[in-house]
Amino acid sequence: MKKLDRNQLAARVARDIPDGSIVNLGVGLPTLVANHLPAGREIVIHSENGVLGVGPRPAPGEEDEDLINAGKEPVTLIKGASFFHHADSFGMIRGRHLDFCVLGAFQVSVVGDLANWNTGAPDAIPAVGGAMDLAVGAKQVLVMMEHLTKAGESKIVERCTYPLTGARCVNRVYTDLAVIDVKPDGLHVVETVDGLSFEELQRLTGVPLKRLATAA
Amino acid sequence: MIDKLVASPQAAVADIPDGATIMLSGFGNAGMPVALIDALIAQGARELTIINNNAGNGDTGLAALMKAKRVRKITCSFPRQPDSWHFDALYRAGEIELELVPQGTLAERIRAAGAGIGAFYTPTAYGTKLAEGKETRRIGDRDHVLEHPIHADYALVKADRADRWGNLVYRKTARNFGPIMAAAAKCTVVQVRETVELGALDPEAIVTPGIFVQRVVRVH
Repeated sequence: MKKLDRNQLAARVARDIPDGSIVNLGVGLPTLVANHLPAGREIVIHSENGVLGVGPRPAPGEEDEDLINAGKEPVTLIKGASFFHHADSFGMIRGRHLDFCVLGAFQVSVVGDLANWNTGAPDAIPAVGGAMDLAVGAKQVLVMMEHLTKAGESKIVERCTYPLTGARCVNRVYTDLAVIDVKPDGLHVVETVDGLSFEELQRLTGVPLKRLATAA
Repeated sequence: MIDKLVASPQAAVADIPDGATIMLSGFGNAGMPVALIDALIAQGARELTIINNNAGNGDTGLAALMKAKRVRKITCSFPRQPDSWHFDALYRAGEIELELVPQGTLAERIRAAGAGIGAFYTPTAYGTKLAEGKETRRIGDRDHVLEHPIHADYALVKADRADRWGNLVYRKTARNFGPIMAAAAKCTVVQVRETVELGALDPEAIVTPGIFVQRVVRVH
């Protein structure tokens, strides 16, 4: 089978973001989605620190310390961009004004519970940021992650063992192996990567999957 | 005559007592009132409770206040970062109390304080560790968590320009927590890059009206 690399995964997510969408991209892997948005679509990126209309990274030497994204990386603006304070920014999120958010995850459960902020390890310093607000607020919560842990265990699980970010909040999961929808009656496999059968995906994942008629 | 201009950062923070609760504007270092924090370090107030999104980045601003061991408790959403070494050391040594709050709940609790709201219900964090022990309520088809406002004795805020009434405009994403913290504190002290004549700021573009500001200091 052909596992997707980070950029292929980002491109796969980007393909599903339609023209006219307002999108928040989580810190880390999801930020890569911005580099792969298909040309010709007008897509507005929201960054929760207080900007709509985030553009690409500035050229070296052009960075402005007052113009950063939620990952504290320097960014630029696109035409039509706007600034606002933090309460307004999270009002946009919580008030269901964002069409999509894309979040990384440690685990997603069969009912769409999300764990992505804390491993629960006793020596870990916890940090949550805006993940819990995005999980309950965006109209569609998309998760982007590797399908398996380094030890080969499925990150799609019956019940999350890590502390939850949000309950029953995930709509769709994009992994390096498959695209899976979370629906009231279970997990539906939308597609698998080239060379990976539904049966093999089912074996790797452990929890019950449903096969869409169109899936391989 | 109303004149909130203060001569120096030192004068602007001189009366902050030990044990004060202080909001610091900024998201990372964007909007961090470094000159006011430096003056606070020099002034010597201890046992402070700090509200900020983070817990200090690198070695300046809030990180320097941490390093100087003036902070008893921090309320924030995202303390752990690659460059939060001063906080990390205090936390691991058990020398600082951490109240971790989801970022949007942090912002709304600050906003609520400035707006005179007694408490509010939010869906954020329902069913998670950060809502443990909190009152919950089902409203419509969603479960919510009851959250209370965060008040402060002082807010130290960085803005871009101000007039002598304390009307403020900010710069780009450095705005972040400034407007809501200015409204939430009993005494809001603002450092700005430039002060302008009264009437020079476009009333349509003023972000924080001077009613929320007590002191303004220009920093070079």
